Parts: sequence; structure tokens; C-alpha cells
Amino acid sequence: MEFALSSDQKMLQDSVTRTLARLCPLDRVRKAAEAKTYAQDVWQGLVELGIPGLLIPEKFGGVGLKLLDAALVAEALGHHVSPVPFIASCVMAPLALLRAASPAQQAKWLPRLASGEITIGVAISEQVAGAREGAGIAAQSERLNGKAIFALDFAQATLFIVADQDGKLHLVDATAPGVHKTTLTTIDLTRSIGELHVQNVESEPLAHGDGLIAMRDAGWIMLAADTLGASWQMIEKSVTYAQERKQFDRVIGSFQAVKHLCAEMAAELEPGRALIWYAAHAFDDIPSDASLTAAHAKAYLSEVGRFVARTSTEVHGGIGITDLLGLHYWFKRIGLNRQLLGGPERVRHLAAQMQGFI
Amino acid sequence: MDLAYTAAYEDFRVHTRAFLEQHRATFPNPYGGGRPAADMLVWQKLLIENGYAARTVPREYGGYGAEPDILKSRIIAEEFTRAKAPMGLSGQGISMLAPTLLEVGSEEQKRRYVAPTLRGEIIWCQGYSEPGAGSDLASLQTRGQEDGADFLINGQKIWTSTAQSADMIFCLVRTESERAKHQGISYILFPMNTPGIEVCPLKTMTGNAEFNEVFFTDVRVPQENVVGGRGQGWSVANATLKHERGMLGDPNAANTRLQAIIELMKDETVSGESLMHNAVFRDRLMQLQGRVLAMQFHGLRLLTASMTGDDVGLGRLIVKLEGCELNHQLAAFAIDVLGELGVLYQDSPHLRANGFWQRAYMFDLGLIIGGGTAQIQKNIIAERGLGLPREPKLARG
Repeated sequence: MEFALSSDQKMLQDSVTRTLARLCPLDRVRKAAEAKTYAQDVWQGLVELGIPGLLIPEKFGGVGLKLLDAALVAEALGHHVSPVPFIASCVMAPLALLRAASPAQQAKWLPRLASGEITIGVAISEQVAGAREGAGIAAQSERLNGKAIFALDFAQATLFIVADQDGKLHLVDATAPGVHKTTLTTIDLTRSIGELHVQNVESEPLAHGDGLIAMRDAGWIMLAADTLGASWQMIEKSVTYAQERKQFDRVIGSFQAVKHLCAEMAAELEPGRALIWYAAHAFDDIPSDASLTAAHAKAYLSEVGRFVARTSTEVHGGIGITDLLGLHYWFKRIGLNRQLLGGPERVRHLAAQMQGFI
Repeated sequence: MDLAYTAAYEDFRVHTRAFLEQHRATFPNPYGGGRPAADMLVWQKLLIENGYAARTVPREYGGYGAEPDILKSRIIAEEFTRAKAPMGLSGQGISMLAPTLLEVGSEEQKRRYVAPTLRGEIIWCQGYSEPGAGSDLASLQTRGQEDGADFLINGQKIWTSTAQSADMIFCLVRTESERAKHQGISYILFPMNTPGIEVCPLKTMTGNAEFNEVFFTDVRVPQENVVGGRGQGWSVANATLKHERGMLGDPNAANTRLQAIIELMKDETVSGESLMHNAVFRDRLMQLQGRVLAMQFHGLRLLTASMTGDDVGLGRLIVKLEGCELNHQLAAFAIDVLGELGVLYQDSPHLRANGFWQRAYMFDLGLIIGGGTAQIQKNIIAERGLGLPREPKLARG
């Protein structure tokens, strides 16, 4: 029995963190966010580490690691609010292809995904979070019609994996006739979200298995891990600031009112790490626990993330809400993570359903 | 991550299970504190002989003498829960005094006290808090004045659970009044039947007297009863507090409560509708389930780290605060689920679970306060865990 990271996992964590510390300081994040683009050099750094192929088996040019490894990368990306594709393109899409695609589809797409040559967007929100504004995609006679809002890793995606109204998955070429893309601007400019309209578009179904459930569970865990990393960064920034800022001739971190806010953030957040580790481990090794613990990881981190985001901003006082300080990049990333693939109330509703409580 | 147990541990589990199966007929009633019943004493002896209690205490001091192995301890706890077998005796003597004596006691003190304490023959109470010394425990004023080879002890203790049935007390007494406050305290053992000791039950909001006040008037105690040397009481007490904080905030207790609430929500109805179908209650249940799971997995992480020496940052410092709070919130939620039935108490008609939830809701508030208040815990997390500065000393005036 060992509930801990392996030395390989600690090395992975270390190398991703070092790369992001070098390539992705706040200035770089700000530049990409203001231009509403990915940070290409950061992405290139991740490609050199093999991150796009993290979950893809070696025979397709990947590294063949597990979801817990991906969760550690997601945590580091959240910690640095990195403006790069990841959750959809490096985690959900390869898992869908591995679990639900034909050998021919796998051979065609996985190597290009693993090498970082292409990215793949994911449009399954209606099937997980529920449909807003009557959105949804109908599949009939191998043709797709309708719209999917809140597609992930949207910009520059060569391909989309789309869930239809029955939960079946389809590959959609981003440049196919009848595909219309609209970028959505969210509070969080470090991630690319968009809306996909399809009009009589030819469908290439992913025929096998439970690809949607695996994508959903993995997506929940990645969003939770991203929030864990972003939240810890906000706590660290609060502590540093509270050790420097002086009022009434004392550093504000010596006042219990401030000290206790910092302690509460850390105490609420840290158990979430073990929950994420377990959920990610269960995804690969304890299937019976996978969906429930993934849902709880997503809901728990959404709630604690909101608490940390507002409390950390408050510890910073007035400077906390300025653009200049840049704390808002973490605040907004945590805010986006909370709603993507279902807010906590929705996810807990699904968790109750999974246990047969309704 | 590898959550499976190796064959050697699975073997140990099988042995434990067989032992419990074999002795099922002699399970005593679970120990509820105070003086143990005769069948509990027999059970305790059997558990020690077979390594299911006092497991790592050396044989020469009355224990089983096994190497510390946290996984085996966990397996024992799991199998006892599974078989609904009563665990061995617990309480301040076994959980706090015995480990402290083994760590810092003299050879004579270890030989005299540890074995009978483990067997449940000596029941102890803890004399720490005073009316004027709560969170600031080191400001305690109970004094021991040197009188020949003895101390004459005068003062008052409070929150002394088990004092009415205890044989002995381990007590913090100011014996070196000329020294600075942390350096003037001694940790002293003495019998509760020593002349000059008066015990007054302290009834709490639950309606029961779970605590006592203890008054000392010229209580004569030999100086040789000091543990760890005169003036060393503060560091000896800190060794003991470390053991106490580990006892509070057990995540498995939270899971037991959660499972009971799930059953409650399935069984109880309002106007014919199952409470599980109430979306608001269901959402609160799911929130609590998420927190219980997080604390359980956090516990597994700490367990592994204590074997491997892995750094868990402030992981250990948060357990008392979060665990006690979670247990209290579970009790509060159960009361809300029961609604008007949830305020029934004592021997009322329609009472649910013998009034457990209200009693827990009230008593657990005491656990949030005791053993280091939530506010003290937050200071510890902020100062030792996050590196924030200590409170500046207030000017003495």
C-alpha cells in the first residue's frame, strides 16, 4: 500500500515546473492573453517534454503514461496559468481515440497528436453540463447538424471530437464544408473556448465503447488539478505579500485576521490534492471508483477554488484587484474551471445519480 | 500509487479476521470511558497477548513488543470495524500518559505504571487546563511548593474528563516560580485519593457531566513523582499533546457518520417523500461526501508519508482543524435532515438514534475548542506551515 507519487512522477512534475518557470512568467502570460493567442514558445517547450503524447502509447509516438501523470501536468499548468492547449487536446481527445476509435483512426491521428503537429478540440459540454440555449448536435444518416457551445482548446484545432445528443462521439474536420467556428471570449484569456456550428457535415463516428464517460471523468480531474495548482499559487502569493506589506508598523501577516485567512485557504485546499490523486489513480486502476471520485474532485476543487480566489485577492487588499498585479489571471482561470463541464451543483447531481440516490 | 497490500499483509489480515471470528462470543460492550467492566479487562488482556492492543509497547513494559508498522495497525482497525469488534481500551492513560512515560519517564516510572495502565488497572486523568490557562496553557498557576522531599500542591484544574473515576492524575504544576513561565512547570504523577483533592462534576450543554473541576488544597506529593525533571514539564506536555492531536479528527469516524446519514436519508420520509429526493438535502449530502473522501485519502497520504518520510508540507497540521469541523458539520446536517425530529432528546417518543446526533453536535463543539482551539490550530498552520510571523508579544502592563 503506497499512497504517494513515484520518483518518476516527481521528476515529471519537476521538469514541467522548471520549463514553465523559465518560459511562462507572468509577463509572457499577459502578452498571450492580451493578444488572445496561445503562447507558442511555451507550447513548444511542452512539446519538447513530450506532453502532447503523455497518454499516447509508445507505438503511436507517445510516452504511454497514466492519468495521474497528466493531473500533475495540469496542476503545473494551473500554477503558471499557462496559455496553451492541454485538457482537450492532450488528455480528453487521446483518451477518446484510444478507447473509442478504430485502429485506422488511431493510426491516422494519434502520431500527429503525440508529436504536437496538430491539436484536437473537444465539444461535449451539452452532454455533460447540460444544454444551454437549446444547443446540441443531431446525428442522422451520417450527417451532423446543430451547434455545440463551450468547445475546449478551440483555436487552431485541426479536428474536433463532438458528442451528439445520444452521447455518441464523432470526428469533425475543422475545415470541412458546413463547419462554422465562433470564438467565445470568457473571463479567462489564457484558454481558448469556442462555439461550433455544423450544417449537414459529414460525420466520422468513433464507434466503440464509452469514450464520452472517460472524456468527462478525465476532463473533471484535469480541471480540478488545474484549480489545485492555480489555488496554491494564489496562497503562496498571499503569504509572500503578507510577509512584506506593512500597516500599523507591522507586516500584515502578523495579524491573526490575515494569518487565519491564509491558514483557512491552505487547510481547505490541501485535502483536495489527495482526492485528485485518488481519482486519477482510480481512472486507470480502480474503474468502479473512477466516475464518483472524479466528480467529487471536480466539485470539491470548484468550491475551495472559489474560496481561495476571493480570499487571496482580499489578502492583497486594493492592489489585488488591479490589472498591474496580475493576480486576476489565476482568479479568472479558477472561475472558468468551476463552470466548465458542469458547475459543482451539476456535478454533485450526477454524483448522486451514479450512486443510485435518485 | 499502489493501493493493494502485499501478500504478507493480506496474511496478517486473514489472521486478524480468524482471531476475531474465534472470539466473537466473548466480545464485551464497547468501552465508553471511565472504569472498564470486568469483561472489558479480560478482553484487553487477550488483545495485548495477541498483538491487537499495546502492539508496539516493549514486552518488558507490558506490551506486545512488535515493531511499529502503520499498515498492520490500519489493518487491525479495519478488521475490528468490519467484525464490529470492540477495540481495546482507550483514554488518556493509554493514549497519552503511557507513550509519554515510554519517551521521557524514568526506568522506575515505566516499570511501575505502564503495564497496569495498558491492562486498564490504572485509570488516569489529565490535569492541564485551568480556569485562567486555556489556549495560553503555559500561564498555569497551580503551584507546587517545596516542602522537604515533597511538593505541597495548591490550585485548580478544569476540563478534567474521567477525574471522578481515575486512580491517578498526570498534572502540570508550577514548581519553579522564579523561572520564566515555560521553564517553571513540572509534570507530576499522583494518586487521586491523596488527601486534599476535591472533584466536582462539570455538567455541559449535553446534560451530562463529561468533565470535572479538580481542586487541590495542600496536596502532598513526593518530588520523585516528577516526570522528565523539575521545570521540564512544558516539553514533556508537548510530547503528550502530540499524541492527543493525532487522536482527534479521525477520518474513519467521519465516514461512519456519513454512511449513517445516507441510510437515514433513504429511510426517513417527509409527507411520504424520501429525503433523498429532496434536491437541497441531496446536494448538501454530496458536498459532505466529497469532504469525507478528501479527508480519507488525505489520511492515506499521511499514512504512507509517515512510513517513507515523504514531505507532506502542512498536511499533518490541518487534520485536527478540518477533521473536527467535518465531524461537527455531519452532525449538524443529520439534525437538519431530521428536522423537528432532530431536536428530540433524552428519552422522548419518536427519538432517533438514541439522541446521538444532538449529543454529538453539542459535544463535538467541545472537541473543536479542546486540544488546541480552531484559532490556535490556524495560528499553527499559518506560522509553522506557511511561515507567517508569530504574534508580536503584547506589552506587559
